[in-house]
Amino acid sequence: MATNSIAPANVARLSDDRISHDLLHPVFHTSRRFYLIALLLTVPILAAIGAFLYQAYAGIGVAGITRPVFWGFYITNFVFWIGISHAGTLISAILRLANAGWRRPVTRCAEAITVFALVIGASFPVIHLGRPWLFFWLIPYPSERGIWPNFRSPLLWDFFAIGTYITGSLTFLLLPIIPDWATVRDKASGWRKRIYTVLALGWRGTPREWRRLEMGMRIMAVAIIPVAVSVHTIVSWDFAMAPVPMWHSTVFGPYFVAGAIFSGIAALIIAMAFLRKFLHLEEYLKPIHFDNLGKLLLLMSLLWIYFIFAERLTVWYGNQTSEMAAFWSIQRGKFAILFWTMVFCNFLIPFPILAIKKLRTIAGTVIASVTVVIGMWIERFLIIVPPLEHKYLPYAWGNYRPTWVEITITAGTFAAMALLYLLFVKFVPIISMWEFKAGQHVPPPSPERISALSPVQPGLQSTLPATDSEA
Amino acid sequence: MAYRWGMVIDLDRCTGCEACVAACHAENNIATVGDAAAAQGRAMHWIRVERYWEGEFPNVRAWFRPIPCQQCDAAPCEPVCPTYASYHNADGLNAQVYNRCIGTRYCANACPYMGRYFNWFNPVWDKPLNLQLNPDVSVREAAVMEKCTFCIQRIKAAEIKAGMEKREIKDGEFSPACVQSCPAGAMVFGDLDNPDSEVSRLSRSVRGTKLLSEVGTFPKVTYLERESSRGDE
Repeated sequence: MATNSIAPANVARLSDDRISHDLLHPVFHTSRRFYLIALLLTVPILAAIGAFLYQAYAGIGVAGITRPVFWGFYITNFVFWIGISHAGTLISAILRLANAGWRRPVTRCAEAITVFALVIGASFPVIHLGRPWLFFWLIPYPSERGIWPNFRSPLLWDFFAIGTYITGSLTFLLLPIIPDWATVRDKASGWRKRIYTVLALGWRGTPREWRRLEMGMRIMAVAIIPVAVSVHTIVSWDFAMAPVPMWHSTVFGPYFVAGAIFSGIAALIIAMAFLRKFLHLEEYLKPIHFDNLGKLLLLMSLLWIYFIFAERLTVWYGNQTSEMAAFWSIQRGKFAILFWTMVFCNFLIPFPILAIKKLRTIAGTVIASVTVVIGMWIERFLIIVPPLEHKYLPYAWGNYRPTWVEITITAGTFAAMALLYLLFVKFVPIISMWEFKAGQHVPPPSPERISALSPVQPGLQSTLPATDSEA
Repeated sequence: MAYRWGMVIDLDRCTGCEACVAACHAENNIATVGDAAAAQGRAMHWIRVERYWEGEFPNVRAWFRPIPCQQCDAAPCEPVCPTYASYHNADGLNAQVYNRCIGTRYCANACPYMGRYFNWFNPVWDKPLNLQLNPDVSVREAAVMEKCTFCIQRIKAAEIKAGMEKREIKDGEFSPACVQSCPAGAMVFGDLDNPDSEVSRLSRSVRGTKLLSEVGTFPKVTYLERESSRGDE
């Protein structure tokens, strides 16, 4: 059952020592370049924090949102980042359940994207609040005010959906890190050893621990898939539940989920390319990984163009006065440039690159991914703003133009994503070492064989490869 | 005693004078935002008079539609509010509790009539205008949503008075500031549950229509369509 999971990616075998050496290098050695990049990234982040504090102090009016466009860049960013978060955990869970062997070097960097994109995405509903210091009124706790939050509000569904997703994906990310942190602990000394002793949660690598880890991961992989799908469905309901022309659409649930996975895979490919280049992981993240993820991106690109076609065709055919105003402003009005840029970025550019095998290289998939990320941001913007500008009564139509506050905060979150990822790579081996090692062994050791290996020296146990039967 | 307050606006009588807008500002402590913010779309008028042009030049006619909050029975603004700042009170009004509002602005997006207005900054009154604020109406701070209340302070005062005198409120005993100030008598206010009240009689008129009835919000404001528009069709 397990042997068929060995993909061509793993044909050239690497020794366990070599793997540990390569993958632990970024954890133990910090170059000057790291500090420089980290420092550079903090500049836009501090600017964004400053802009937010200014907005909280002066009033939300310093942002460009106005009547009738009450939601603008902030909610665009919210949907965008929650979308980005869909790569990691979902793909990782599906690949684990499918027991795809090539997943081993990919899963952790994907899951990390999920957690960080979620943290950033979840901060936007707070940033966009008029009174952000009262955000906790969304939390149902017995309060002196004597009222519960309104469970009929999609914003409250968001709160629970995102809360569940963060909890789940954080667990899903941290569980398989435990053995790797134990490895770091065993190899480290001084302050580093003290930190990783705490992080490793006393992992000793006994067969019982391995079995529990496998069980936990299998449960999480199964549980996280419906959670991930539901999260972006609920995000889409923020719009679909309101009777705003072109928001009030039943297709939004699956349309948003498809778009989320689409942008998420693109983000994953970009992150992997950076890791490969800067951490010299050429032996681990191979062209086949980019090729496989490129095929997945191709599929999602087709799905995306199908959904946007289905959505637009029904609106156009239905020909409701209120909807047509927003429709035409997107198709050939002032938003037309953005619309066609989006179509180019999400379909016309990536489709040929990803469909032609010769172009589906690392460089090709990265180019396609960058355009997809740009295109998907525009898509979120076009979903939110043009319909708000053209609600039912023409007398109340209006214009939206973002101010420097919104732009600074938006830029800051991209830097925040990069910095969080950079720090993660510094504290965690970005490729799951034990899983990768397990993939190198043919046939992989069964649990019985591991149990037979007793007594084992404590230092070695944590680096033992696991069985390949984990989901 | 529960009432179901409603309004009828006769579009044939409305002259577009905007006395209702001025009266509403004075009664409800609505701040002015300045010309720059107003040009940006941030002006606040709990009732606004929409002006429409009809016909080709030179045979152009203007007509007007005053739009306060429609006080919908199935209001889209209510379920979307996560903190119950926007809720349905016992009289069937779409009430807004300013202190509960955290400024998600979802209600304003959901409202098809654009009847909700947001305080983008703290309101300011040039001296000595700050001394003429209505003490019966709370002044709203930055980042909360506000909207037409059908002058709930007058409703409550009348209800309390009638309650103390152990009687029901008589038709026409009081009216909101906009209705009171309409020189053309285009607006009528009263209890829709009382079949004898003028508002309930007029709302059953053949001329009666609801604004954007296709959205399914069941407004409590009825517009009496213009007789003059019928001949054109």
